[in-house]
Amino acid sequence: MIAVELVKLVRSRRTWVTIAVIDALPALVAVLLAWTDLGPRPGTGPAFLTAVLADGTLYPLAAIAMILPLFLPTAVAVTAGDAIAGEAQQGTLRYVLVRPVGRTRLLVAKLVAAMAFALLALLVVAATSYVLGVVLLGGGATDQPTTTFSGTTLTGTQLAGRTALALLYALLSMLGVASVALFLSTLVRTPLAATMGTLALLIGSSLLLTLDAAHVLRPYLLTRYWLSFVDLFRDPILWHDVQHGVLLQVGYVVVFLLAAWANFVTKDVTD
Amino acid sequence: MIRTQGLTKRFGSLVAVDSVDLEVLPGDIYGFLGANGSGKTTTVRMLLGLVLATSGTIELLGRAMPRHGGEVLPQVGALVEGPAAYPGLSGRANLALLDAMGRGQTRADRARRVDDALDRVGLGGIDARPARAYSLGMRQRLGLAAALIRRPRLLVLDEPTNGLDPQGIREIRDLLAELNREGTTVFLSSHLLAEVDQLCNRVGVLDRGRLVVQDRLDALRGPTGRLHVRTPDVDQARAILDGQVERVDADRLLVRHDDPAALNRLLVEGGVRVELLVPERRTLEDVVLEATGAGADRVAR
Repeated sequence: MIAVELVKLVRSRRTWVTIAVIDALPALVAVLLAWTDLGPRPGTGPAFLTAVLADGTLYPLAAIAMILPLFLPTAVAVTAGDAIAGEAQQGTLRYVLVRPVGRTRLLVAKLVAAMAFALLALLVVAATSYVLGVVLLGGGATDQPTTTFSGTTLTGTQLAGRTALALLYALLSMLGVASVALFLSTLVRTPLAATMGTLALLIGSSLLLTLDAAHVLRPYLLTRYWLSFVDLFRDPILWHDVQHGVLLQVGYVVVFLLAAWANFVTKDVTD
Repeated sequence: MIRTQGLTKRFGSLVAVDSVDLEVLPGDIYGFLGANGSGKTTTVRMLLGLVLATSGTIELLGRAMPRHGGEVLPQVGALVEGPAAYPGLSGRANLALLDAMGRGQTRADRARRVDDALDRVGLGGIDARPARAYSLGMRQRLGLAAALIRRPRLLVLDEPTNGLDPQGIREIRDLLAELNREGTTVFLSSHLLAEVDQLCNRVGVLDRGRLVVQDRLDALRGPTGRLHVRTPDVDQARAILDGQVERVDADRLLVRHDDPAALNRLLVEGGVRVELLVPERRTLEDVVLEATGAGADRVAR
């Protein structure tokens, strides 16, 4: 069933159009930066954007920092929100279940497909922005080491390792989104409702993060530690927020996946 | 093939299906009749494990459902409340995708089984158009092909001729009869009496969630104990059969009598010319209307 879902994902035109749209934002920013040579002042604007003017090899990280707050989670919420509710609305859910595909297996396959989509999007963005960064912003010579935020330098292997860690961290953040969307998808009748519900949680979380009165809630908000992967590029690595981020995402994943499973396996499929 | 005991489903305070004891035997074409809203579809969904029963037991192919769905359902083909397909894929791609789901299907003969199933339902020459461009009748045929792709021992079909034209209905009827001759048991849920009348050997009638009739069709259509007599000598016949004639309609009489041979002799010996003498049989419609109340979609004041 996992293979079937992956084939459906790769064959779907929507997958590739969505990824292209996501990819367009960092590409546009790269062109603008190269054109104007105007970076944000240090300490403002998206992470890494100041650093990339000097070193294009860091641009994939800047690109991920750009798409992580809104573009990518929206796309993941659409994909995972469509998982069960979309099949139900289309009428295919009942035929999938009497094939038979076990309900737990179906949930797992849908989650894997949503994560495959997030991974695909992240890899495409990382690859294109690396090329754009090197071509448009310069850097990338093998003998020229990359500078961390702490002013020290990273070798090529260190950079690659930390970039992989950052991608994994971003993927885990998206797993949190996918879990929430999948749960809502088992709950409501239309995929739109599941997606909008997930987005409401994301936007609510981002809003509360800016509010001082919501101080006590802050460590538990879904999006709180998403951008902490930046800390992986300090020297030494600042693990505190990354660790909290991992724990928090795992918490969201466990709670919402269990809720999705409990709801779906006991549900009367009447669509 | 199908056996339920005390099968009950409540949605809140509404009892959709009320202690139904179905019995479908191997080789049957079982007609499951009932007005719209009588609980047919809920029953079918419970048989297939889509809706979970409030109480009661279900056995499919001798195994308990929904617990053993993983072993039972691969041998069952189903069409539930209209066909459905992935709109962006062609009919052939839809069937291949559906066949790839679940376990135990080999990829090797998939293309051939897909072609076989399409041929059987009359879609053999289908092109690569996406399913969203199909007509209602083509969708219905595609849904049937999906039910047939694994060569099931049991077919559970809910309104399989919906949206088909008269020729299409005839084709599907012939197909089901042919599959049945090859050994497939068919459970046909329908509200079309004519369809069931022409095809089925056993019938169950559902009325507001209760199974009010379940019997062989020929037993249900048994003689009523009355005979139709056609004769030019109506008055003479009435004189002989004084009191037994229930209705006279021009040259036809409806006579309460058990034995056609005895009645014939009685009339002929009395000098009555008998043109036609035939036992009155109940129609399926009589049976159903007698057993059921007003349709559930009727909301009287």
